[in-house]
Amino acid sequence: MPREVAGKFEVSMLKVLDEEGNCDEALKPALTNDQVKQLYELMVLTRAFDDLALKLQREGRIGTYPSSRGQEATQVASAYALGESDWLFPAFREAGAYITKGWPLEMQYQYWAGDERGSKLPENNRIFTIAIPVGTQVPHAVGFAWAAKLRGDKIAVLVYFGDGASSEGDVHEGMNFAGVFKVPVVLLCQNNQWAISVPRSKQTAAETLAQRAISYGFEGVQVDGNDAFAVYKATREALDKARSGNGPTLIECVTYRMGDHTTSDDAQRYRTSRELEEWTRRDPIERLSKYMKKSGLWSNDYENKVQADAAEKVRIAVEEFESVKPPEIKDLFAWTYAELTPNLKKQYEDLARSIGGGN
Amino acid sequence: MVQLNLVGAVRLALKQEMERDQDVVLLGEDIGTDGGVFRATDGLIKEFGENRVIDTPLSESGIVGVAIGLALYGLKPVAEIQFEGFLYPALDQIISHAGRIRNRSRGRFHVPLVIRFPYGGGISAPEHHSDSPEALLVHTPGVKVVMPSTPYDAKGLLTSAIRDPDPVLFMEPKRVYRAIVEDVPEDDYTVPLGEAKIVREGADVTLVSWGAMMRLSREAAEKVKDTISVEVIDLRTLSPMDIATITRSVEKTGRALAVHEAPRTAGLGAEIAAVINETAFLSLEAPIERVTGFDVPFPQHKLENYYLPDTERIVKAIQKVASF
Repeated sequence: MPREVAGKFEVSMLKVLDEEGNCDEALKPALTNDQVKQLYELMVLTRAFDDLALKLQREGRIGTYPSSRGQEATQVASAYALGESDWLFPAFREAGAYITKGWPLEMQYQYWAGDERGSKLPENNRIFTIAIPVGTQVPHAVGFAWAAKLRGDKIAVLVYFGDGASSEGDVHEGMNFAGVFKVPVVLLCQNNQWAISVPRSKQTAAETLAQRAISYGFEGVQVDGNDAFAVYKATREALDKARSGNGPTLIECVTYRMGDHTTSDDAQRYRTSRELEEWTRRDPIERLSKYMKKSGLWSNDYENKVQADAAEKVRIAVEEFESVKPPEIKDLFAWTYAELTPNLKKQYEDLARSIGGGN
Repeated sequence: MVQLNLVGAVRLALKQEMERDQDVVLLGEDIGTDGGVFRATDGLIKEFGENRVIDTPLSESGIVGVAIGLALYGLKPVAEIQFEGFLYPALDQIISHAGRIRNRSRGRFHVPLVIRFPYGGGISAPEHHSDSPEALLVHTPGVKVVMPSTPYDAKGLLTSAIRDPDPVLFMEPKRVYRAIVEDVPEDDYTVPLGEAKIVREGADVTLVSWGAMMRLSREAAEKVKDTISVEVIDLRTLSPMDIATITRSVEKTGRALAVHEAPRTAGLGAEIAAVINETAFLSLEAPIERVTGFDVPFPQHKLENYYLPDTERIVKAIQKVASF
């Protein structure tokens, strides 16, 4: 018997803006000029937030922090595509997405300063908590989106993970559930080329990370992750598709982590400065500003105002988070169960007594 | 009243909670058409449909991780893991997330999830089908660990577990699934989590046990009754543990032993001994004894009768404690 072709697959790469800011008008997503400016302003704010976080860490005012530098287009433009009722499930390196979806800046700093209260977002906010064990959040997002589908709620869920996470079992188990039960979830892989010191080439022999979706029976697309328009377009389409009952999508955003893995890392140990220079030329913020210059949306006055506004916002955020009273020792115990167990009550009382009455 | 064995009581609790609350959904491997390998969900897919009794891919970490997501949205998932030996891929989800999400979010999110699974030896099963991993789970903050030993308690405890706002690991003694039949009320009732039960009153020795070891412990107490009066406590909820009941009993008897089939070192027997030291030291008249499995992988069944505590070992330990 002759062999038959049992399956045929291909993965496409979407680019809308080139490195010089030239836009493919046929592919340009439906964004008004004001929306383009808003995207740009959020990306600038993300970088200001990030730069200041690194300074705060060096001064001992916050703890370990993972920089988003270089990934602003991937993070901001994807979160910008979310509908009001949609949910965002983070990994941990998504400051741009959190800022876009409205996690108050001062609470983000508070979280990274080691205070869990920073991740108790206001009730109306639709961001789930940060997940540090790599890739473990994907099943949560899938289950959450699946529950919405079972209840008949027309929402979509956007979950972030990285190129390193794409090797983790939970990412695959989550994707498999998403495919089998046609769950309204969008899986956004920030392929920033490095999982601490291990390059993308050592995560998988596959040509793309997007193609992993194929084995779970749904669409995977690759996107230029430093192109805000391409990221927005792919995410928006995938979210609309999810909400209308057509199942999950995996989006691989090809981007670059310009900073160290975290403030505890030194990327010079494992990658060349030439590589960093190459990617610096593809800086996502500059690319959008080049487009805006060509389109008459940018001026020196505008730039100065955007930078000054961002600096002011992060300055106020630091002032606010540093003026918050420290947590009380009862908070060490209070949130483990709905009610304090007799055992925890005793442990709390013992600690309170040992430090002289407690608080 | 209806005459039920333990697995029948589990099934009845699931059925009644699903009738009572539309948000209760079941998910796991082979739980739908097949009704579960122990038949704990037999027929439920016919009654509630495949959106509430969900056959999943073979994916334990996925089942628990996705169930956490379902619970975060407001459903009340009851996940079945087929055997305790296959719970381990899901431990990351249990330890890193189910037990921490309420704390991490300072109460904004919580995980009303039940994970049911059969545990324990004594049924001549292949490797990985006989473990007793309760100590791993009790050592995990943020989750509750529950283990019934009778059909009545199984229904009442599972009902409480499903209604509980926190994640509950519900360990079912597979050796007892069909070993005991007793009257179980069809009416709605609960057995509260966190409350041990004195199943036999006594004056001389306190015996603390749970799950499948309860039957043997009661038999041992009966065997020695002419010479030693044993107070037998069924812990029922292992976390949070009912320390007050243990303490009161030891204050009365002055002597204690713990019986479990899990390995000895850092097993729950060690915790019970430590707790008694902290709360009832001045009442103690003898060192606390432990009757346990050994610090070895649970053996295949040619050797399992040597591994598992039996009535004889429990009787000897009671006599040792009583005669010190």
